Amino acid sequence: MQELEYPFDADLIIRKKKALKRRLLEREGVNYITKKIAILGGSTTNDIKLMLELFLLNNGIKPEFYESEYNKYYEDAMFGNEELDAFAPDICFIHTTTRNILEYPGVQMTGKQIDALLTETYSKFEACWKALSGRYSCTVIQNNFEMPYYRLLGNSDSTDPRGRLNFINRLNLMFAEYANANETFFINDINYISAEYGIKKWADPSDWYRYKYALSVVCIPDFAYNLARIIKAIYGKNKKAFALDMDNTLWGGIVGDDGPENIKIGHEDAESELFTEFQQYIKAHKDLGVLLTVASKNDEENALAGLARPDSTLKQDDFLVIKANWDNKDRNIAQTAKELNIGSDSFVFVDDNPAERALVSNQVPGISVPEVGAPETYIETLDRSGFFEVTHLSGDDIKRGDMYKANIERSKSSQSFENYDDYLKSLDMHAQIKPFAPMYMSRIAELTNKSNQFNLTTKRCSQAEIENIAQDPRYITRYGKLEDKFGDNGVVAVMFGHEEDSTEGVIFHIDLWLMSCRVLKRGMEYAMMDEVIAECKKRGISKIKGYYYPTAKNKMVKDFYAAQGYELLREDANGNAEWGLDLALEHVSGNTAIEVN
Amino acid sequence: MNKQEVFDKLNEVFRDVFDDEDITVTENTTASDIEDWDSLEHINLIVAVERSFGIKFTMGETTGLKNVGEMADKILEHLG
Repeated sequence: MQELEYPFDADLIIRKKKALKRRLLEREGVNYITKKIAILGGSTTNDIKLMLELFLLNNGIKPEFYESEYNKYYEDAMFGNEELDAFAPDICFIHTTTRNILEYPGVQMTGKQIDALLTETYSKFEACWKALSGRYSCTVIQNNFEMPYYRLLGNSDSTDPRGRLNFINRLNLMFAEYANANETFFINDINYISAEYGIKKWADPSDWYRYKYALSVVCIPDFAYNLARIIKAIYGKNKKAFALDMDNTLWGGIVGDDGPENIKIGHEDAESELFTEFQQYIKAHKDLGVLLTVASKNDEENALAGLARPDSTLKQDDFLVIKANWDNKDRNIAQTAKELNIGSDSFVFVDDNPAERALVSNQVPGISVPEVGAPETYIETLDRSGFFEVTHLSGDDIKRGDMYKANIERSKSSQSFENYDDYLKSLDMHAQIKPFAPMYMSRIAELTNKSNQFNLTTKRCSQAEIENIAQDPRYITRYGKLEDKFGDNGVVAVMFGHEEDSTEGVIFHIDLWLMSCRVLKRGMEYAMMDEVIAECKKRGISKIKGYYYPTAKNKMVKDFYAAQGYELLREDANGNAEWGLDLALEHVSGNTAIEVN
Repeated sequence: MNKQEVFDKLNEVFRDVFDDEDITVTENTTASDIEDWDSLEHINLIVAVERSFGIKFTMGETTGLKNVGEMADKILEHLG
């Protein structure tokens, strides 16, 4: 919803929050995921909850909230309570600020005393995080500290250990270290956003003394937007790709009219330097795993000539797909989405032309089309929007562009084979299919939240849940990693299920089975099934039960278990089906071309 | 801005904040006349009023308001 996209009008959101919520919930065809969020506050949190709800709904997440009593974050975190225990949060968000630091260094204190105070202050928070993740296996999000709004020591406040600012900076570093060492812990960086907003306006003491809001009420939308970025990223709601216009977006001028030698790029003048910085910003996204594509109204020859300029930071090779033609851009983006095998709703379309933006935004459901403004605000708008908010930066992310490039080559090479099996064999595929391992936990959790199409039960899991399941001896877990001659696809398949004793012997229930669409029709699901069956036999299990729960998006796996040789046990009117496989019977593997482990 | 204009604008703000097109505020309207007007919503209301008139109440002013009439008077004072 445009009102909730950056750059938003915070005053309007505060004033119309009820109507906005109503309109969000009236939207049709939104597949919400529901998440339980406990807000443990060190100050008033009511508006934080309301604003966060709006931004999460806008990202397809329907939150349920628990709110601690006023300033009871510590008690709730350390000891829990009946209500919170029953709530069983997916996320605990600790909303504390510099107002919650009970003791600051005094000017008479020695360095040693200050160090001790620092450790004591920090330890209290760390104890909260550990207690919460231990008790609820939840993700924890913690504010770091904003800068204080006055400086008793003036400029020395930042350098002298007795200064508040110095103390806060040291605390923030300790928080950051904990975040780096704990994959289910995230920092809501209010130190940055309060500075961006303006500390003076942020810390308005009148809202603290009147309402006990530790930040000014008018900046709560900015605060909540930043927090929502983290939550939607955790649940796989980030965008995946840029679709970029060229003329007056990647460079100044129109390459077809002005000629490649006259467009503004490079370092010759202010405008060229501005576009160069923007190109650098875009190019840096490649390393985050964001896919770069072009949607430009141009003759292809001219578009490529623009990129071929030696002082162009972006090169032809940086883009997975370049659509430079005279078709409508919505069609080009749809085509690009098809070629990359991703949804067109996972694109961010960047274009200086409001008419093109309006067209794409109307024609492509779910796509993000930021109002980028003038060239000097492109970076700011994209950056603050947080389309690609990083929660974990994995090796997979860094290689993602290469993987998609390999996929495009695969699809070209498949066209030269008459027999599909010959093609599969030519790919020289090797799979690693193993129990969940620590280095893949975040990727596995990400897949459970992102995969919609090849997903039998659409069960969403946090990383903490995945880690618990991996340790439970009654569970069997498998991830599948697939490599072929074009490259490594990374972890692409996930399965877990649990054993149950019954009168018929031990039954294995498959709770979750999913696969990334980037390896469709490669036989990977059969290779996975072979491994699951082998493990079940090893454990003396007599029967496997698999489940299919239909959603708007997973029709492609309706007959998954039939293809695997399972027998339909029951199916209800909504299409929810239960399938069984008797392990005493001979199983014929469907895998023809993948070498496993 | 005269008092009537202040009331017209206040009416719009109230309708937005409480998402209720039927609200018409008068001099004597108080929190007990509007169903959702509790202490938490009051905060939003004050902020919305401040932002739409481009003023900022002092701390003392917001705690002592008896009804919408007094609010309108304070707004007029700020607008000078």
